[in-house]
Amino acid sequence: MRLCHSMMNYFPEEVLEHVFDFLTSHRDRNAVSLVCKSWYSVERLSREKVFIGNCYAINPERLIARFPRVRSLTLKGKPHFADFNLVPHDWGGYVYPWIDAMAKCGINLEELRLKRMVVSDESLELLAKSFPNFKALVLVSCEGFTTDGLAAIASNCRFLRELDLQENDVDDRKGQWLSCFPDTCTSLVSLNFACLKGEVNMAALERLIARCPNLKSLRLNHSVPLDALQKILVQAPQLIDLGTGSFVHDPDSEICNKLKNVLQKCTSIRSLSGFLDVNSRCLPSIYPVCTNLTSLNLSYAPEIFSIELIKLIRHCKKLERLWILDTIGDKGLVVVAATCKELQELRVFPSDLNGMGNAEVTEVGLVAISAGCPKLNSLLYFCQQMTNAALVTVAKNCPNFIRFRLCTLNPTIPDAMTNQPLDEGFGAIVRSCKGLKRLSVSGLLTDQVFLYIGMYAEQLEMLSIAFAGNSDKGMLYVLNGCKKLKKLEIRDSPFGDVALLADTGKYQTM
Amino acid sequence: MEGYPRKDEGCHQFLDLIPKEKKRAVKRAEETSSEDKKLELRLGPPGEQWTINENNNSSSKNTTFGYFSNSPRAQNSILKTPWQDQAKAHFLHLQNSENKASANTAVPNSSSAQKRTAPAPVVGWPPIRSFRKNLASGSSSKQDPDSSNVVLDKVSCQKSKETCPKETLFVKINMDGVPIGRKVDLKAYDSYEKLSYAVDELFRGLLAAQSDSSAGRSKDKEDGQKAIGGLLDRNGEYTLVYEDNEGDRMLVGDVPWHMFVSTVKRLRVLKSSELPTLSRGNKQGKLSHDTSLRC
Repeated sequence: MRLCHSMMNYFPEEVLEHVFDFLTSHRDRNAVSLVCKSWYSVERLSREKVFIGNCYAINPERLIARFPRVRSLTLKGKPHFADFNLVPHDWGGYVYPWIDAMAKCGINLEELRLKRMVVSDESLELLAKSFPNFKALVLVSCEGFTTDGLAAIASNCRFLRELDLQENDVDDRKGQWLSCFPDTCTSLVSLNFACLKGEVNMAALERLIARCPNLKSLRLNHSVPLDALQKILVQAPQLIDLGTGSFVHDPDSEICNKLKNVLQKCTSIRSLSGFLDVNSRCLPSIYPVCTNLTSLNLSYAPEIFSIELIKLIRHCKKLERLWILDTIGDKGLVVVAATCKELQELRVFPSDLNGMGNAEVTEVGLVAISAGCPKLNSLLYFCQQMTNAALVTVAKNCPNFIRFRLCTLNPTIPDAMTNQPLDEGFGAIVRSCKGLKRLSVSGLLTDQVFLYIGMYAEQLEMLSIAFAGNSDKGMLYVLNGCKKLKKLEIRDSPFGDVALLADTGKYQTM
Repeated sequence: MEGYPRKDEGCHQFLDLIPKEKKRAVKRAEETSSEDKKLELRLGPPGEQWTINENNNSSSKNTTFGYFSNSPRAQNSILKTPWQDQAKAHFLHLQNSENKASANTAVPNSSSAQKRTAPAPVVGWPPIRSFRKNLASGSSSKQDPDSSNVVLDKVSCQKSKETCPKETLFVKINMDGVPIGRKVDLKAYDSYEKLSYAVDELFRGLLAAQSDSSAGRSKDKEDGQKAIGGLLDRNGEYTLVYEDNEGDRMLVGDVPWHMFVSTVKRLRVLKSSELPTLSRGNKQGKLSHDTSLRC
């Protein structure tokens, strides 16, 4: 804005508010609120979406006092390491006080997005009964609730558009929660219950889908069989995002054929996931949607062999995001590199956690991908081994990485060719990828890698370290260097209080 | 490793940095070092700094490795394993085997693929969510045993901390033909079946005693007791109804259990013959006010 400050003061507040409406990012709105008192005041009264990255950073009362018109709240609880059982179980992150406070103050809550929080059935019941306009509930990696809580949401939220449950730990009470959606509920746009372990009433599910014409995203759980999927898709050809349930059937049966036919009519599907149980020979049924697919998640299906995956991938030329298991092997990744020229995000998860098994995925696959997929900017790669040379090549091929997370299954494995630490490889990555925001390192690493990170990773916001470094120097390099660092997670590394307390002022921005 | 594109000659050179005779020396050194207590890793005979010199000479073209020559202290750290001092003990403990560390770091290139041994499991490694761990190990319907118990504990902790805990919900229950009523704790059950069974247990004896006294006979307790069944399916001699928070009398079983628990105020066991004929229909998924029964 080129208007000078004094001129802005003569604008009525409505104008300011209208201008601020164009600011969607919470960082922009935070910046705006720091300009002057009147801007702070206008901004706070008009903000509808609030993001709180650490639920203990502020209490609910202060949130409500500052943003009384909040309609959409995003809260994050436990730190990322909690996913891997590295955080004590009683750490906290309860959502109840937030819902309680907002209910008491008459907040017109419409959306609640939670990540790694503890959500009780009481919380869900209170939520369902306190906010008549509630529209969207998204729970990611949460726990503490049962299907009874979901039943309360289904029964009471008359305008529910979104119920999105991603990888939560939910107790199944066998209470027919899905049947609780009343006949009058026709507003669903997104329904994801893939993480639920129990059965749902098929008839109720089919009826629900049939009466929700705006349904765009549907992710089923493993209890929904293939024949039910086929019937559901007949009712919902407008879907954009589909998560199958169980994908097991006699491949020669009429059902698989019917499925293929109905999928041919589902011309809007761009994203596919699920396959929570799969008979590989049924996979050809989904070839019709592969041509236009931009996102594919097969990472829950360890039964699919490399050869089947490869056949499938060859149909997916427009893929932008691929989540897969290391059963694909280096050979499969070469095929991905040759086929998926639009690929931006790749995640390769480990399939065999109990032993070292076969050398499924190594640096060879990664290098092939980097050579074949120039648009790659986000990577999560679990592999048996890595080399500095490979990482150097990858850094040259793909300078656009925003997220680079490498995880060697043996956390301290050195360069497979030279037995050197992997310092140089990661050094090459941070030097080449000037926009890198998130980095996870693994393998044998010394303080040297942290010197590189501190020197080059200027945009780095999140760094994950495990079993790395020699001394406090490593940590000092990072803390002194990475000016934009917001999140730092460290485990099993020799950094002591001296380093971590050396610049406590820095933690204010993290 | 051949097969991937080499865009930089320097890269190629690096791979051949270790001359063949040094490689053999490495092998010999490692065979004896496995017995060593020291885990210090060197790629040549102890004391020689040949790797530094090599790098200095041939990496001048390769800017990536420029820092080798600029920071001599860093070079030393590369030659040592990071597991000196405090980290070492921890690492060894985790690896769970005397030679694991040296096996992993000292095995020459060519046989590294074959000689790889599974390290002892480390907590939280590889870093994948327990959700995925269960899928990978094939038990998709089971939770991580540790987390599930603790989750339930946490839920109950949370309940006591944050809400007025409703750990019991006693409601009155009366039965036709039995003058004395009972009280039942609905929070002790999680389904209609269990409630039905509990009702049977509560009243079976009383009902039997009632019919005995009215008939004037004395009977052995066990012989005289008939089970009270069919409470929920409207087939039995008795039917279970309840009074909700709006004062209406409703048939038990229409709504999900938890919803029932939140609206029920008292229960009654009626003789089925006193109810008007009920139509059979699919009651699932419909809200109770559609199927209210007035007696």
